[in-house]
Amino acid sequence: MIKEPKLMMLNGRQYIPDLKNVKLKPPFRGRPEISKAKVDELVLVKTCPLGAISSNPVSIDLGKCAFCGECSFVFPDKIKFTQDYRIASNKRENLIIREGEDSEVKFDENLINKDIRRVFAKSLKLRQVSAGGDNSCEVELGACGNANFDMNRYGIEFTASPRHADGIVLTGPITENMQEPLRIAYDATPEPKIFILCGVDAISGGLFTESKAIDRSILNEIKIDLFIPGNPSHPLTIINAILDLTRG
Amino acid sequence: MLKITNNQTIELDKIKKLDYDKFYSSVVELLNKKENHCVNYFAYPIKDEFQFFIAIADDKNHDIVILSHQLNQDDKKELKSLTEKIFSLHIFEREIYENYGIKFIGHPWLKPVRYPSNRANKTNINDYPFYTIKSNELHEVGVGPIHAGIIEPGHFRFICNGENVLHLEIQLGWQHRGIEQLFLEKKNHLQRNILAENIAGDTVIGHTTAFAQTLESLANFNVSEQLHLERALALELERIAIHTGDIGALCVDAAYHLGANVFGILRTAIINFIQAWCGNRFGKSLIRLGGSNFPFTKELRNELFEVLKSYEKKFEEMARITYRLTSIQNRFELIGTITEKQARIIGTVGLSARMANVLRDVRETHPNIAFQKYPVNPVVLKTGDVMARFVAKKREIRKSISWIRDLLNNFKFKENIEKPNYSLKLKPQHFSISLCEGWRGEICHCAITDKDGALTYYKVKDPSLHNWKVLELSLRNVEISDFPINNKSYNLSYCGNDL
Repeated sequence: MIKEPKLMMLNGRQYIPDLKNVKLKPPFRGRPEISKAKVDELVLVKTCPLGAISSNPVSIDLGKCAFCGECSFVFPDKIKFTQDYRIASNKRENLIIREGEDSEVKFDENLINKDIRRVFAKSLKLRQVSAGGDNSCEVELGACGNANFDMNRYGIEFTASPRHADGIVLTGPITENMQEPLRIAYDATPEPKIFILCGVDAISGGLFTESKAIDRSILNEIKIDLFIPGNPSHPLTIINAILDLTRG
Repeated sequence: MLKITNNQTIELDKIKKLDYDKFYSSVVELLNKKENHCVNYFAYPIKDEFQFFIAIADDKNHDIVILSHQLNQDDKKELKSLTEKIFSLHIFEREIYENYGIKFIGHPWLKPVRYPSNRANKTNINDYPFYTIKSNELHEVGVGPIHAGIIEPGHFRFICNGENVLHLEIQLGWQHRGIEQLFLEKKNHLQRNILAENIAGDTVIGHTTAFAQTLESLANFNVSEQLHLERALALELERIAIHTGDIGALCVDAAYHLGANVFGILRTAIINFIQAWCGNRFGKSLIRLGGSNFPFTKELRNELFEVLKSYEKKFEEMARITYRLTSIQNRFELIGTITEKQARIIGTVGLSARMANVLRDVRETHPNIAFQKYPVNPVVLKTGDVMARFVAKKREIRKSISWIRDLLNNFKFKENIEKPNYSLKLKPQHFSISLCEGWRGEICHCAITDKDGALTYYKVKDPSLHNWKVLELSLRNVEISDFPINNKSYNLSYCGNDL
């Protein structure tokens, strides 16, 4: 029996006490900054393999960005990725970063239903649905509950049934084949409920947007409460996003 | 017979089209030999005609035999099924039937595989023809497509006699995203590169390496030895990380939470190193065509030594306790056993084969430059049960660590490495194949170009395509409550299968 405590000593304290202020190091790519430097904007727009960059003024849509870093390799003076991982928002437009703007990605408090803060601030049970996810976002959602990130300390957990859940976390671009199961899971979740899109594939379809095997029409009927960018989203991004939504 | 090596490209004209009887008898003769197994079999549509390609890996001679036959426009869309003689081809014939409507006479179950939107067989995903047994004694249990945990969707149908499973059938396809079609539609190599990263997010390095090797070979573009070694280094790190996570996940299912937590922490240490190297915990953006944006610097080398030292100490301490626990041994031993004969018949690959005494490891049998220079000596176990898979993961982690140390100690990494090249020109009218041993097993990518050098066909095979059948057989005559440990011990890919 003495072996186990010894082993726990060897591993030491593993949880991150303050999830809001972790210093990540480059080359981790979080929120990008776009300078005012003059570049050939047409080339810049074409550089992005996912079409996340627009011109005049230059902007990057984090909902379409795979964080591959290609734009910053080709135009290092124009685009720099910071290590700011708090890049989620409840408003789709807030994910667009514009040139010359060096500010955090913000939430729109007016859009948050009062019930969400009242009911979910101290206890939130979520159901995860993967609809064409590649298993990286799924693994990161799982990692949110491990000993390092320990999301459970805030009362946030994943449940095995939508009937026990307060919301759905969707990953993947939504395959045609998963449309119906997703709808059933959503309908089975009792009100009030929240709906979260996790990862670039879920937010915009990513590279799969034009695939014939994808059908995203269900999103037109659902109110989306949270957009969490990333490919996959980092556990720190995910946990902070959920806390910002439910606690502010 | 046409033989090529791994990562080789040949002219399409050099691949002789046999008549089907000759093709049939050659395939049967080859695949009846122990050292051969099929790595890919597919039909390439050219207008209303189909050229079939089969790639058979010969483990003894370290090469790959390519055979082909053609179904012409006027031919009846019917062929004698090879599955009757060689069972491991069942899934490939099902796929060809689903996509192009070519019937295989004598195939035991020509059921859909992944329901692509342009399929010939229009069966609805809700009308899958499950195997059933009529009896008042038996009941069926259906699970999924959405599962209880945070995992991908798939439907499992059990036929049970009391608590015991008589038969399990797995229906996949829910994850189908049209990956192979997108490889042709995306004209930009960088887009294709990122697409390869998203085939299976837990095998980023494996699939992207196979992709890069396929296209570099098709463009006759040689990359440096160091780049090959850096990719192999990442491949082994991926293996360590996922195996560690799997060991932790198996501890969860045996209700051993100390093990689950510690192995979870150890996995974090490895993937955080991958993040320190390329900015992404899964290695996305690390493997690029023709070069790399993230050289393996001296600082990284030193950091990796430290990470491995600390990892190894903690891992060994934890493993010493975990693997000796009677509660763990009791739970895993003699559960979900696969015999060597079954593994061979199914055509199992990777760790799932090696734990049942079948040596299938591309790193040993068809090594690329990296594994020729620094060979691996694969782990092979005999018992084929959950415990064997649990032990195999531990031993493979040790092998990978010593392989990495060997590399770091003996190879002088230069600080600069060639930059990626997204303007590779592919040779027209060629066929290319690449095999890469991911942590699950053998990944195979094939590509064909047209007369202008544009991709006209791209074929991806994840090891899971072979291995889902092993999970089905593992469940025979075990309690249904043993399903989770069996499922986790294989940890197969849904999206890699569904593409």
